[in-house]
Amino acid sequence: MYTASDLRKGLRLKIDNEPYVITEFNFVKPGKGQALYRCKLKNMVTGSQFERSFRSVDTFESADLREKKMQYLYKEGDKYCFMDNENFEQIYLTESQIGDAKNFLIDNIEAEILLFEDRPIGISLPNFVDLVVTEADPWAKGDTVSGATKPVKVQTGYTIQVPTFVGEGEKIRIDTRTGEYLTRVKG
Amino acid sequence: MSASNLDDIFLLARKKEALHLRARLIQNIRLFFIEHGFLEVETPLRIPSPAPEEHIEAFPSGDWFLQTSPELCMKRLLAAGFPLIFQISKCFRAGERGNLHLPEFTMLEWYVTKFDYLQLMSQCEEMIFAVAANMDIARHCTFRNKKIDLTPPWEKITVQEAFEKYASVTLEEALNKNKFDQIIVDYIEPYLGVNRPTFLYDYPAKLAALAKLKDGNTNVAERFELYIGGMEIANGFSELNDTEEQRRRFEQALQLRTQKNWTQYSMPEKFLQALQTMPESAGIALGIDRLAMIFAHALQIDDIISFTPEIL
Repeated sequence: MYTASDLRKGLRLKIDNEPYVITEFNFVKPGKGQALYRCKLKNMVTGSQFERSFRSVDTFESADLREKKMQYLYKEGDKYCFMDNENFEQIYLTESQIGDAKNFLIDNIEAEILLFEDRPIGISLPNFVDLVVTEADPWAKGDTVSGATKPVKVQTGYTIQVPTFVGEGEKIRIDTRTGEYLTRVKG
Repeated sequence: MSASNLDDIFLLARKKEALHLRARLIQNIRLFFIEHGFLEVETPLRIPSPAPEEHIEAFPSGDWFLQTSPELCMKRLLAAGFPLIFQISKCFRAGERGNLHLPEFTMLEWYVTKFDYLQLMSQCEEMIFAVAANMDIARHCTFRNKKIDLTPPWEKITVQEAFEKYASVTLEEALNKNKFDQIIVDYIEPYLGVNRPTFLYDYPAKLAALAKLKDGNTNVAERFELYIGGMEIANGFSELNDTEEQRRRFEQALQLRTQKNWTQYSMPEKFLQALQTMPESAGIALGIDRLAMIFAHALQIDDIISFTPEIL
């Protein structure tokens, strides 16, 4: 059982016997009114979404989901293959079940595979991944203070906006939840 | 993990345009009030007793509190014979942080003697339109991908009408089930101020801590909220100047705070005394940060202030 103060992005709830995940979370409050927690909820099986706000007195059932660490092996057609490192069992996820995680999947990365009634239904990556910039225009010095960004490509083929001072070959940290650049990483 | 200095510079440098616009906005607001004969005042940020309201939490500061709004001191000025006053000041509200909320934010508050809430709505229209026109954005303001025309007159809809038009439950049901705010946020707000600003007005009497009740209909308070682009921008009302009624409402709020074991405030006695000489007037509080968001097409409040609490 959860209370409203537990609500946050990524929390999983059971609503009408279906597993839902909070994909957007925001504190809202009419100036003179009560504090509310506005959530965008996504059905973890069908992908359908809805938005609503909850009050601080509301309570929620937790979704009975199981996560298992598995290793990403390869992609075949539109199937992504993962292996359970304990029993070497392999499972497959479709492109739509993978979603944006495909932008951050590098070979052998460990990801949490989500099981709902023993069926694989999704994936969650670590919140932050470090990826190498493989294509970037050179930095014209003096651009720093403009606050400008430029697009670069990282090793997974994903294109991302970064500050102009980031160069090719550098490792950058990306927030997998937003897909946005955070900072450069040494080494 | 701390961001590098370059990353910090990057974060602030990309706000350059927004911060220039914010400064011009504040300068233009000031200009409007000065030209209209208002006196700019400054009242203390640190006060002994915040107005007892159910849903507004003050930060303690020593034995006192940081103001949640300059309302009480400004009304004492009204009572002392300052008929037209405005103030741009920092306000502090504990526990408020979101895309549209900061625990420390900038409020414009102004009061007009002999005005009621309807006249104040017109003046609010006039002020925002004049400021926007000076900044050359009155007719082509875009927010949340919607074009908003700020030319007066703006849309006006009562709370009762808004529930009938947009909500699937009645206003009475929402109030009885303690779901008023929820219905407003989920079902009504998104439709307010979409193509032009909207005044939502005539609030239920129990949702007005400091507003006057309507003549001939004591179920309704002479209170309004301004919405632009689905976002609440300002709250105003005809000011209650009945000392006994005000004391009764404060006592209720204080009792509730005790019951819920919240921080206890003391009764603002000096304010209550001042109400005895306060003339008929109307006042309004407007969130400068949010108005700056509209003018700058910013999607979150972080984008139009220099430092959020998180990067200090």
